[in-house]
Amino acid sequence: MRSWHTAWALSPVEKVFVYNNTSIVQDEILAHRLGLIPIRADPRLFEYRNQGDEEGTEIDTLQFQLKIKCSRNPQAAKESSDPNELYFNHKVYSKHMTWVPLGNQTDLFPDADFRPVHDDILIALLRPGQEIDVLMHCVKGIGKDHAKFSPVATASYRLLPDITLLQPIEDEAAETLQKCFSPGVIEIQNIKGKKVARVANARLDTFSREVFRHEGLKNLVRLARVRNHYIFSVESTGILPPDVLVTEAIKILMGKCQRFLNELDTVPME
Amino acid sequence: MAESGERKAALEMVQADGTDGNCVTFVLHDEDHTLGNSLRYMVMKNPDVEFCGYCITHPSESKINFRIQTRGSLPAVEPFRKGLNDLMGVCQHVLDTFEVRLLPEELRGLLGQEGLRTSVTKSLMGFSGILSLTLV
Repeated sequence: MRSWHTAWALSPVEKVFVYNNTSIVQDEILAHRLGLIPIRADPRLFEYRNQGDEEGTEIDTLQFQLKIKCSRNPQAAKESSDPNELYFNHKVYSKHMTWVPLGNQTDLFPDADFRPVHDDILIALLRPGQEIDVLMHCVKGIGKDHAKFSPVATASYRLLPDITLLQPIEDEAAETLQKCFSPGVIEIQNIKGKKVARVANARLDTFSREVFRHEGLKNLVRLARVRNHYIFSVESTGILPPDVLVTEAIKILMGKCQRFLNELDTVPME
Repeated sequence: MAESGERKAALEMVQADGTDGNCVTFVLHDEDHTLGNSLRYMVMKNPDVEFCGYCITHPSESKINFRIQTRGSLPAVEPFRKGLNDLMGVCQHVLDTFEVRLLPEELRGLLGQEGLRTSVTKSLMGFSGILSLTLV
């Protein structure tokens, strides 16, 4: 799981060349915000940039342009105070970022549609007369360097819960028991006219341990975890689907092992 | 990452004088808990290993000290090599099982899988068990 956060590569905006920024968002703040926008570009299509290389070539850099100017709407009503009516382009969204192909990228990626993952990320607010004109370079990097390079939003794991009822629990106690756990965990069945509680789906439980606050119930339930059953939850930032992330992360770990196996074979043993 | 041009040693071995190769400290460059902890787990499964541990010498330096001490006269390189191979085996098994189970369910949004039990060692409590994915 650590591979997801530290070793996987992505290409968000790394360098911002500011030609004109008359908005009230300072250059560095604007650059910081642009860097955090996830860009829909498969990192496997690009190379890492060599260290010290400032310019960037077409195999390791994606170029985007953001050029927008706010102006007054002459048709707006005189008494209106709604900025949506009064001004054009006063909200700068990520959809205003356009891809500018470098070198032979138009031939390499004829069908590619490189753009931010989400179109409605608000970057800045403008008023008439203000404009933003920046050029952005996107570079491949890994999560260990900066969190913006991480392809996962959250990745976590937990063990499968194991809930055992030590004695049959009936009637009112069953109802209370059902309320102690997350919905769907405890099911109440009607057996011979009596309501009996049964563990339906322990996997849904979030382990709030509410049941231990009830004197009558706390000794009747055993909460445990199944020791060899892990549940991983992977949330992607949208660039790559989670199943791809999982397979690639496993391959990264295998790559690390292979590297040291090769080292063992090549370095003479003392 | 070790370049193929100028080769930086990614792995060094430090051995105290007087021992026979049973106790070796491997210095793994450009590594952290990702490999360290996983490898330690696999090496500890080996009954010939008396001691196995790793530490990150300093958080600013990206390297780990990985120490293995074996019982008897087994050279410490052997459990290290076996641990790496076993770890690769586990990863491969997880990958294969995952990809197989992924195929028919690709069309569905939410995906659940049965627990994976590896067959690499006799009693392996998989550190990679069930995977449940939430697509964003």
